[in-house]
Amino acid sequence: MSKIGVFVCHCGENISATVDCAKVAETAGNYDGVAYSVDYKYMCSDPGQNLIKSAIKEKGLTGVVVASCSPRMHEPTFRKACAEAGLNPFMCEMANLREHCSWVHEKGEATTEKAIDLVRILVEKVKYNHSLSEIKVPVTKTALVIGGGIAGIQASLDIANTGHKVILIERDPSIGGHMSQLSETFPTLDCSQCILTPRMVEVAQHPNITLYTYAELESLEGFIGNFKAKIRRKSKSLDEKLCTGCGLCTTKCPAKKIPSEFNEGLGKRTAIYVPFPQAVPNKPVIDRINCTYYIKGKCKICEIVCPTGAIRFDQEDQIMEVEVGAIVIATGFTVKQPDFFPEYGFGKYPDVITGLQFERLASASGPTLGEIRRPSDGKIPEKIVFLACAGSRDPAKGIPYCSKICCMYIAKHAMLYQHKVHGGKSYVFYMDIRAGGKMYEEFVRRAIEDDGVNYIRGRVSRIYEKNGKLIVDGADTLLNAMPVEIEADMVVLATAGVANEGAEELAQKLHISYDPYKFFAEAHPKLKPVETNTAGIFLAGACQAPRDIPESVAMASGAAVKVAGLFSQDELTREPIIAVVNRQAPPVYSSCVGCFLCISTCPYQAIEKEEIKNRNGEVIKSMAKVNPGLCQGCGTCVAFCRTKSIDIQGYTHEQMYTEVMALLNEY
Amino acid sequence: MTLGFYPGCSLKGSSREYAESVLAVAKAFDINMEEINDWNCCGATAAHNMNKELSLALPARILSLAEKQGLTEIVVPCAACYSRLTVTKYELSKDPALKTAVTDANGLEYTGSVSVLNIVQMLDKYITPNLEGRVVKPFDHKVACYYGCLLVRPHEILKFDREEDPQSLDVLMLKAGATPIDWAFKTECCGAGLSVSRTSSVGRLSGKIIGDAKDRGAEAVIVACPMCHSNLDMRRDAINSYLGEKIDIPVLYITQAIGLALGLDRKALGLQRHFVKVSV
Repeated sequence: MSKIGVFVCHCGENISATVDCAKVAETAGNYDGVAYSVDYKYMCSDPGQNLIKSAIKEKGLTGVVVASCSPRMHEPTFRKACAEAGLNPFMCEMANLREHCSWVHEKGEATTEKAIDLVRILVEKVKYNHSLSEIKVPVTKTALVIGGGIAGIQASLDIANTGHKVILIERDPSIGGHMSQLSETFPTLDCSQCILTPRMVEVAQHPNITLYTYAELESLEGFIGNFKAKIRRKSKSLDEKLCTGCGLCTTKCPAKKIPSEFNEGLGKRTAIYVPFPQAVPNKPVIDRINCTYYIKGKCKICEIVCPTGAIRFDQEDQIMEVEVGAIVIATGFTVKQPDFFPEYGFGKYPDVITGLQFERLASASGPTLGEIRRPSDGKIPEKIVFLACAGSRDPAKGIPYCSKICCMYIAKHAMLYQHKVHGGKSYVFYMDIRAGGKMYEEFVRRAIEDDGVNYIRGRVSRIYEKNGKLIVDGADTLLNAMPVEIEADMVVLATAGVANEGAEELAQKLHISYDPYKFFAEAHPKLKPVETNTAGIFLAGACQAPRDIPESVAMASGAAVKVAGLFSQDELTREPIIAVVNRQAPPVYSSCVGCFLCISTCPYQAIEKEEIKNRNGEVIKSMAKVNPGLCQGCGTCVAFCRTKSIDIQGYTHEQMYTEVMALLNEY
Repeated sequence: MTLGFYPGCSLKGSSREYAESVLAVAKAFDINMEEINDWNCCGATAAHNMNKELSLALPARILSLAEKQGLTEIVVPCAACYSRLTVTKYELSKDPALKTAVTDANGLEYTGSVSVLNIVQMLDKYITPNLEGRVVKPFDHKVACYYGCLLVRPHEILKFDREEDPQSLDVLMLKAGATPIDWAFKTECCGAGLSVSRTSSVGRLSGKIIGDAKDRGAEAVIVACPMCHSNLDMRRDAINSYLGEKIDIPVLYITQAIGLALGLDRKALGLQRHFVKVSV
């Protein structure tokens, strides 16, 4: 006979405001097999837990039902309490009276009735619970970091410095990300590359970091501590061991007019190229789409001039499989291009550019060597207009969120313009100035007060070209929405920061969730900002939401600590909520008939064939067997098994039917 | 074939030539335009500023009458009427309680089965597919297609063309043999109802539109809205005095321009009714 304890929590007023907790406890106390039933204000508090512990000891409870919040919140708390009192933790179940009942219903008898039903279901279920023990799995102490921008760089270095191995993969030919494109950084105006490149070099030289550029994640299998990642190393058409990075090939390549991605299309590059002088690794790749040899079948000038014979035209993509224990995603973001804005010229006007393009113009390594010159004719703009919130905070454009970094970089842009173009006039159209950050507000005030940038609070409705000028039509909402028309030479759009290309596809490969804007979802918006809902996969930087450099770096270090914490253990414990194939006494052995439908349905390749042999070594039965290390307890095999031979531990057929029958008041 | 026809007040008054040209073009393609019997005002700007239910009940009555008359598609050439009728269909499809209130007020059954076409949609669906071989006198001019505010907004309800840089009139005029220019004022405000109360404001707002069309070499402005037409055409004196020059670029309804390309009689298209002489 079961001796079950029922512990009904008020959760302050969260439950008791709409549910009569005393009545729930009283009713539950009358069920068959319930030896003890009580209600209490905060069951998760120490006194609440002690209530459970002492009841287990004094009444000799064989099962516990805690009727409180979602098991996502406190299941570990209560299971631990049970374990401390000597009860197997898997003999403890939770009825979710808060999220499933009190929060979603009005106060009333029906609500209390529902709460009683929820408790009843679990009381009947727990009678069929079995003692289970946790599963131990080994940890592969190597981390995979995806994305070599500042977040990926920081995460890699931090993990590597704890003594663990890191594999860093980057889609582009060089690490550095957007930060390497920036001119100066707010709020200190220190040169972006000057602070970034030492870190890039450190990554390349760190004994614990293996760097693969021009590489992307192909697929991922496995689970926390035991991932198997396939990495596609795109062909660079180059033997990297032979290449000395002399750069002769890039100077001789005849295909010279390819828009440079690094310069945001404002400069040109060759088909065999190193994206920028400080690139890491500083070795070229051949862009096959634009290479004359791959298009026309002849050229090979790079091969002819290469002093070490490093060019490999027939090199193919390599697929490499690595085993890793944790993954940090740091794939960053991108910005909307001007063609997203019909009202601002729809990409028609070359002098309407994005903020990222302005960074290249202002950068000493950029196409104008740091002089602010407009793309159309190379003239120095005498009047320049900056538009904040181009797309951001605009539900009509499908981007209701704030891109966060723009207010600050616009102030920086306007400031740099004023520093570089003496006598020039700059205007900023803004909605609000969001300068929340250390020294940020002071920085914006400096742009306005010391550098004389004209801030106009209002939106721009249209930009059009007239007599060689860009006419910017806006309104000044601080002057009663008075129309403002500025004849500008150049316009910079602070276009919305959006999820990177391929983010959705990557999320699906990694089995992590993402928000409606394709930014990767953190496990909890406040308390788990670097975790994902998939254990062992962490987030850093702007792939989660628009982030500036300090935030990306902080997040990366946070993710690195999570990885280091994981790697500090030799074994991980996992909940034993996994599938098992039943075993019976000979000559039946199991009700499994060996159809192996389960093998084809298992998404984790966790089921294999098991052969039962007699003493003579002859196979007498062939049946399914679940590998407990690989099974994730998804239950797909259970649904497919036609002889009902597979059960999920803790959620057996027996338990499920019992729950349903309890709901139908069949007991 | 037969299409329903809702003229609205303007097409019976200040923009008779719009109605004339719509009917003339339809006739040229053997389309019978059947006017909705006993139609009423769409509510225009006044109704929805005062009372939401009233502003929906008025167009709903028109749609109910069309249903009663057995019409499945109605053509609404006025951009403002088109907006009101389409918004009504949208609002009533979303809110059953509102639909009941409105049908009770009208005392007429409303199912929402009638589809509402603006003039561009009507031309696209029934005229341009059969236009080949029918253009006898290509409208060989540089034209500025002016959409105004209501033809393409709000996009989430109308789902027609694109809001900021619409193209549908340009495409039609291209098919009629014209050269549509790329210009900046396609959807800027013409001044709308200020035509009566603050003519000088209309002079300024419409002045910018006509001024830009002229600067970019347009020989005609093409519209699909009676309000736009009256401001750009009837208020040309105010426009010219704002601009300080005399601009005589004519303003044509899309159906007039297409009618000319089809070789229809200028009088049948009502071209003599404009304030700015149509010399193209």
